Amino acid sequence: MAEIQLKSLAHSYSANPSGPDDYAIRQLDHVWHKGGAYALLGPSGCGKSTMLNIISGLVQPSEGEVLFDGKRVNELSPRDRNIAQVFQFPVVYDSMTVFENLAFPLKNNKVPAAKIKTRVQEIAEVLEIEDKLHKKAKNLTADEKQKVSMGRGLVREDVSAILFDEPLTVIDPQLKWKLRRKLKQIHEQFDITMVYVTHDQLEASTFADRIAVMYDGQVVQFGTPTELFEVPNHTFVGYFIGSPGMNIMEVERCSGGVRFDSTEIRLEPWQLEILGAMESENVKIGIRPEFIELSPVSSDGTYAAEVRDVEDLGTYKIVTVKLGEQQMKVRQSEEFDAGVGSQVNLLFPGQWLMLYVDEFLVQEQQ
Amino acid sequence: MDKIPDNRAWWLVLPVFLLVAFSALIPLMTVVNYSVQDIFGPGQAYYVGTEWFKEVLTDERLQASLVRQFAFSGAVLLIQIPLGIGVALMMPKSGIKGSLCLILVAIPLLIPWNVVGTIWQIFARGDIGLFGWAINQAGIDYNYTGDTVDAWLTVLLMDVWHWTPLVALLCYSGLRAIPEAFYQAAEIDRASKWAVFRYIQLPRLKSVLIIAVLLRFMDSFMIYIEPFVLTGGGPGSSTTFLSQTLTTMAIGQFDLGRAAAFSLIYFLIVLLISWLFFTAITHADKEK
Repeated sequence: MAEIQLKSLAHSYSANPSGPDDYAIRQLDHVWHKGGAYALLGPSGCGKSTMLNIISGLVQPSEGEVLFDGKRVNELSPRDRNIAQVFQFPVVYDSMTVFENLAFPLKNNKVPAAKIKTRVQEIAEVLEIEDKLHKKAKNLTADEKQKVSMGRGLVREDVSAILFDEPLTVIDPQLKWKLRRKLKQIHEQFDITMVYVTHDQLEASTFADRIAVMYDGQVVQFGTPTELFEVPNHTFVGYFIGSPGMNIMEVERCSGGVRFDSTEIRLEPWQLEILGAMESENVKIGIRPEFIELSPVSSDGTYAAEVRDVEDLGTYKIVTVKLGEQQMKVRQSEEFDAGVGSQVNLLFPGQWLMLYVDEFLVQEQQ
Repeated sequence: MDKIPDNRAWWLVLPVFLLVAFSALIPLMTVVNYSVQDIFGPGQAYYVGTEWFKEVLTDERLQASLVRQFAFSGAVLLIQIPLGIGVALMMPKSGIKGSLCLILVAIPLLIPWNVVGTIWQIFARGDIGLFGWAINQAGIDYNYTGDTVDAWLTVLLMDVWHWTPLVALLCYSGLRAIPEAFYQAAEIDRASKWAVFRYIQLPRLKSVLIIAVLLRFMDSFMIYIEPFVLTGGGPGSSTTFLSQTLTTMAIGQFDLGRAAAFSLIYFLIVLLISWLFFTAITHADKEK
């Protein structure tokens, strides 16, 4: 087990990167603490798998350092880093049986035969493949193969960390949920550092204590699922986390707040103060559909909007409203009964109204 | 669409039937025809049944030649298959070095058989051949025209030089077909080089190796020109293999009946062994 630190790490797949667009990972610093369960969340092509392969040593970073417990490991192969990794698509050694597959990493580590047997049995039970142990691996179904792949990652007890690269892609949804719980249990039982790459926010939040959201080669936020939801540090986090994502509007400055179309939004004094000190013209505000309130009466702090669409999702409703020229989503309970075309009064509670300059959140200084 | 049953459609098979008949069946039946007759001259042929076959099977010269042939093919397989795998494993995976290696390795395959024989005939001579001269200079008494062991080793060496590249190229293509993910997984699982070879590369080379073994068995079992040019079958008859014995019988002695019976037995041996090998391998696969 180890603490994994990435120090001013950057990676480009081209030999002579000429600009930031050539980088799969832009310069970043990050620490994965010992024994944590982490998720690395982001859309396809944002650099998550590259980061994972750099940690395991399959890819050499073009800049920066990878430290395990403070020691530089850039030059060490995956073998010497003693790290386990589970890939997106199953890799099984098809000339071997399931037992031999699971025993392979242990045999390579010269673990005594009796110990191998009990350990393989233990992992097979966790993954519910103990009845398949003597089957040839090549005759398994796709999800069984992926379980074997995962088993090989979990079977070693002494690893620095286990990395998962979207391991449940080929598994059907029912089993997916179960396996995710299993991984969480294994984590609690063995207390191994685990990093789990995924593009599915639900998967990330059920598995991990803390989630790193990656976007365009950068870690834009690292926090608990609640933090990502309540205080998105970057417009991408707001948009990517939550369903539907955050309402984000481009605005321009005006006295006392910001403005889009003919709507003026008042900001908190500290927000105005920070905004005043910044020059960028790229200013946005964001509020989650869950935090917009509807007021029965029009007043000074409300904004009149028109209902354009109501989606009933069974336990709640998603209402699309039009404020000025902007469409916004509002989450409402099942009791909401205003029809399309009717007027509503929107209320944006100050604590949930986020201000973004150059895509990053403007936060109150403590 | 309505299907109209009409047996005249069978006539459409005729061209293929004629082609196969002319290319394979008719020549083969000529041999079968010779093998059951004793022919003294035009119009003087007598049916002798299986007599030629009995004679051929009990002929000591032929039996000795058959034993030599098995020894040779066995040695060829034992040397060339492992060596070919080894060469393929050492070749660079890609890039200009890889292409250069491929060309260098493939060169012996492009040389005609009789040229190969001639090259080695000169190359291995003790007086003017670099190889033979160097060995003699190293203090080892070597003379492939006089010494049975030397002659055998030279013929084997020549065949290894000529045909190992085929095995190497087949294995190289097999190795390139292994997805990178397997090597990555093995690296993560801390597999040693030997374990990678034994559990990942070798199992995935199986199908190309079956082809390599079959090709090398059949080719080496039918070898003719190279030893004929190199040693002429000597010294004595120590490097006279089956096809040379057959040629001597058919063309040298014009003993057509006996040669025809012998040809058929020869053909059946190749067929039988290839079939046995192939069935055994595919059967063993199914068991598991």
